Amino acid sequence: MSNTTENPGAAEKVVDEIDKFAELPDAPPKKTIKLSWTGKLAAAIVAAWVVVAFIGPWIAPFHEAEFILDDSFVPAGGCAEMLDELYDIEEWTPEAITKYCSDADVTLFLGSDYLGRDTFSRILWGARTTIGISFVATLFAYFMGITLGIGAAVSGGYIDMVLSRVNESILSLPSIMLGLIVVAALGSSIPILIATASVIYATSVFRIARALGQDIMVQDFVEAAHARGEGLWWIITREVLPNAAMPLLTDFGLRLVFVILFISSLSFLGLGVQPPTADWGSMVRENMAGLGYGSYASIWPAIAIGTLTISINLIVDDISAKSGGSLAKKMV
Amino acid sequence: MQAMVFRRILIGFATLWVVSIIVYFGLSVLPGDAAAIQLGQAATEESLAALRAQLGLDRPAYVRYFEWLGNMSTGDLGISNAGGATIASLIGFRLGNTLELGGIVAVISVPLSVFLGLAAAMYPGTWLDRALTFGTMSLVAVPEFLIATFLVLIFAVKLKWMPSIAYMSGGETFWEWVHALAMPILVLVVVVSAQMIRMTRAGILNVMNSPYIEMAILKGVPRKRIILRHALFNAIGPIINVIALNLAYLVSGVVIVETIFAYSGLAKLMIDGVQTRDFPLVQACAMIFCGTYVVLLLIADIAAIMSNPRLRNPK
Amino acid sequence: MALLEVENLKIEARKDDGTPIPIVKGVSFEVKAGEVVALIGESGSGKTTISLASLAYTKPGLEFCGGEVRLHGEDLLTMEPLKQRDLRGQKVAYLAQSAAATFNPAITIGEQVTESAVLHGILTQEEATKRAEELYVALELPDPDRLGSRYPHQVSGGQLQRLMAAMALVGKPDLLVLDEPTTALDVTTQIEVLKAFKKVIREQGSAAIYVTHDLAVVAQIADHIVVLYSGEVQEQGPVDQIINNPSHDYTRRLMAAVRPTPTAGMSDDDDHGHGRAEAAIAARGITAGYGGIVDGEPAITILRDINVEVERGDVVGVIGESGCGKSTLARVMAGLLPSARGEIVLNGKTLEPALEDRDRDELRQVQFVFQMADTALNPRQYIGDILGRPVEFYLGLKGEDKRRRVLELLDMVELPPAFADRYPAELSGGQKQRINLARALAGNPEVLLCDEVTSALDSIVGANVIKLLTNLRNKTGVSFVFISHDLSTVGSFADKIVVLYAGRVVEQGPTDQVLSPPYHPYTRLLITSVPELRVGWLEDTMKTREAAAGIARGVEITAVGCPFFNRCPIAIPGTCQLETPPVRMHGDGHEIACHHSLDEVEHSEAETQKVLHGYEKAIVDDDSAIKA
Repeated sequence: MSNTTENPGAAEKVVDEIDKFAELPDAPPKKTIKLSWTGKLAAAIVAAWVVVAFIGPWIAPFHEAEFILDDSFVPAGGCAEMLDELYDIEEWTPEAITKYCSDADVTLFLGSDYLGRDTFSRILWGARTTIGISFVATLFAYFMGITLGIGAAVSGGYIDMVLSRVNESILSLPSIMLGLIVVAALGSSIPILIATASVIYATSVFRIARALGQDIMVQDFVEAAHARGEGLWWIITREVLPNAAMPLLTDFGLRLVFVILFISSLSFLGLGVQPPTADWGSMVRENMAGLGYGSYASIWPAIAIGTLTISINLIVDDISAKSGGSLAKKMV
Repeated sequence: MQAMVFRRILIGFATLWVVSIIVYFGLSVLPGDAAAIQLGQAATEESLAALRAQLGLDRPAYVRYFEWLGNMSTGDLGISNAGGATIASLIGFRLGNTLELGGIVAVISVPLSVFLGLAAAMYPGTWLDRALTFGTMSLVAVPEFLIATFLVLIFAVKLKWMPSIAYMSGGETFWEWVHALAMPILVLVVVVSAQMIRMTRAGILNVMNSPYIEMAILKGVPRKRIILRHALFNAIGPIINVIALNLAYLVSGVVIVETIFAYSGLAKLMIDGVQTRDFPLVQACAMIFCGTYVVLLLIADIAAIMSNPRLRNPK
Repeated sequence: MALLEVENLKIEARKDDGTPIPIVKGVSFEVKAGEVVALIGESGSGKTTISLASLAYTKPGLEFCGGEVRLHGEDLLTMEPLKQRDLRGQKVAYLAQSAAATFNPAITIGEQVTESAVLHGILTQEEATKRAEELYVALELPDPDRLGSRYPHQVSGGQLQRLMAAMALVGKPDLLVLDEPTTALDVTTQIEVLKAFKKVIREQGSAAIYVTHDLAVVAQIADHIVVLYSGEVQEQGPVDQIINNPSHDYTRRLMAAVRPTPTAGMSDDDDHGHGRAEAAIAARGITAGYGGIVDGEPAITILRDINVEVERGDVVGVIGESGCGKSTLARVMAGLLPSARGEIVLNGKTLEPALEDRDRDELRQVQFVFQMADTALNPRQYIGDILGRPVEFYLGLKGEDKRRRVLELLDMVELPPAFADRYPAELSGGQKQRINLARALAGNPEVLLCDEVTSALDSIVGANVIKLLTNLRNKTGVSFVFISHDLSTVGSFADKIVVLYAGRVVEQGPTDQVLSPPYHPYTRLLITSVPELRVGWLEDTMKTREAAAGIARGVEITAVGCPFFNRCPIAIPGTCQLETPPVRMHGDGHEIACHHSLDEVEHSEAETQKVLHGYEKAIVDDDSAIKA
């Protein structure tokens, strides 16, 4: 069996022969992920929000629930020398801001909200709530979805059928409806929000993980492992999961966006995060009335949500394979 | 093929049934029941028991479930916990309002998005395609209320073209009616179309990678015919699917939009029900919404089956 | 002036970072009116890319960057896009490799066939439909007047391939581009399609570019050959000159890789010293298929009552057309598909039908080698891990011992040790197939089940893999079950041949005996269908009635009677379709399942050039007339 010693030159000899009319590798080595400039910008924005989510409460000038001004909907740049010294200002015109705030103790960078709280501070605090809840919920959704989805794909038969049927039924409900039902039944608290969002979105993860799992399960290399006599655990962890990792990772980004949208929408309806905790969705809602008075207090948190979710989407778009169209460009 | 359609319809019914279980028992798991809520602080053991017996709450849950299911399917939606009005009377005109809103949005957005989706797919990589791709991607990535907020800021606050609430008194003229509904319709059209444009484009481009498209190019078939005859005929199943799915997304859009614009529709009624914990009302509304959703998904699936030439023309 | 002149054509691909990769490096050749020019080369030679240039087309990601392609003296590459569009389908028509993928599934055949001619305004819809029907008749397609209203999925692969020819010819183009149009077909179907193509090309008088990797096919159809390697012309000349007197090294290597016609005595069957009269693995009375099993009968039966023995150190070739159950037999042996009836015996010990019930040592002894190395190797594992796992799993080696064994395996399949640190995507097709083999050898198995391991490879690469297998057999004494649809590969390499047809063994025995008379009629059809590397073979073989009868129908699995009866030139009506044929012994271990006595079979073979009927005869006469 040890032909290494018998003809040591065998390998080199054949390599020579192959080299003459060399076969090329079928595909170049795996490339590292490269982002376009929009992708890089988006990544920077997401990174910035993640940092804010961690340190927001420490860099915020005020506490999220602290009443700073007696006036609601003070525009950006409005100011106070704290609550005890009130200005009697009819209207926060730009002139008024220059007049009163040029040497004030405290300036409200983005103005005040409907209760006279600092919008800027609340956005910084809210980052933690919005991103934190959504991220944790997505993680749970992934854990449940992948475990059950890959499990269903691998085991097949009745287990697969029952899991898929139940899953399809839950999927066939609009997520916001499910959210409303749960909130109606159990009330709204952060653990309940996380649990609800993770169960609802676990269904879509289940569907993707199962489809991926089924695709991979019928690949020859899985059958080769099966034929070798490998157990289920090996096949799942070594053969299926590594090949499902990349598509699932990009899907994680999309799913996170959906969870953020879901949580914010519930909050916006007044059924999500409850006051006085700052949350971007509820901030938009609380300050909607201010729009009529020309206040941007509901626009700032809206921009916060938009920049975060659009950026995540941009990154996902950048990473996932470019969708077709190359052939379409050949049309005349 | 008939067998497949039939099977799909059966699955649709089964799904509706599971949905009814989720809706009914989902709202029955909480501690404290309707009797306790109705009596509030004043409850004593005896009065609670009496009211439970009166409301039939002392019977087992599954009995009450089947009774509820039976009533629902015969159109008896029950009585609201708050105020004791029949739910049917509460829902009545509001359902009409919601359907009106949804219907108008569908009529505008479906042709608009199929057209724009096709246009983007026909000229990939051009500025039109890039603008549509980026624009729709951004719109899809943000919540409906955010789009509504920005549109209110622009059209109601800054330009003052439209009112920021959609108040309907019942006696308005056609133009007053259009004026009042313009904002909610605009928001919903933008939200729903963004998804549909994206998915229509993706559906066509997906087909555009097929060898038979390359063959059509090599046969000298013009661009327009490639898209409209070769690609669209194969993408039609997925596109119908997209349309149905997105009309189903309307359901969640409606919830937000009715709230923002204080539009007196079914979704607003349901949110109010959730806030006052009026379970019979929430159950009835949820069943209507979910039922519509399931039916739309069913139509999508059947359309996909019907549009498959292999299934339509068996060997 | 030639019809098409390609001069110094250069085509490049572009990487993501913008660096150009030359694909076609200054190719020149010409096609005269009425002439068939073959572009021959292996994958990566740029042959398809060059052929598409005559339609002023490149695949996405490629671009023209030099040279001219002139049709009737006018350069196509600098033409207006709209004029290029008019040219496609009208002046130059394209036939793709896979008709199944090239026909639009949602549009009727008739519309697709006539579309180009009508769009270009050459014919009205009625004229085009009429001409299409004439072409269906000329191409011997069944049911010509109703064919147009059918959908692509309703007709067979061989028919679709001919329909594509109709699609190309409706507009009466000056030049046809045929891109490997028979590669995906079974040999028996290939003859039929080749014959039809040759006939219509001649009748229509159009010129053609024929792209292929198969020299034997080229010899049948081309007037002129251009040999390509890596985007450059190596050699070009008239077909006789290239076939009989190749001057370039690469052409000679291509010729050497063409396997000789299967004949008795072709295998180098010297006693390799391992042969012992004991079966390493045997299938006894195997019936297998898919779906629920009732009374030993699966819902869909693929294999019926199979008896095959593989002696130690032997190579047993299993051969038949696609759909005959070759792979299924290997899967039953490996336990991947438990049999419904019968047993698999390994070294005298009966194995459990399902691999889950076999113990690890039994699994180790029978190894399955998958056809497509591309999908059989996990893309996320290093080669070292792919080979290391079975070493650890079966032999219990770890650490340094395992590493040493992995390197030993790489050496066995003649690959350098550095490959252990590569991913499968960094290897070529042939190298991947070697890794695939090495993995199967890792646990020192008794039996290797090789499923079409050379089918997806280029001929030179495939020939090298066969050489490697021969070496391995001699070195390790492992037994092979070698499954292939290619009789000449099997004939050159196997000790014993099993001919499967529609899930049954119709003939088996030592290679020399199977490849010499008496033949089972099916074996004979297979032998006569393998293209020979000589001009005029196609015409000769069409004169045999096996070919004439055999090409008419496809494989059908039947429960009773002889499954081959509907394609058999000597079928006995009333007997063959109703009664299972008896197994007749001829000499040492040579079995033929046929209702005819072996004398009758042999006698019938003597009259090969017998009367052909109707249309077949006409073409043969026609061809001979032209030759004369």
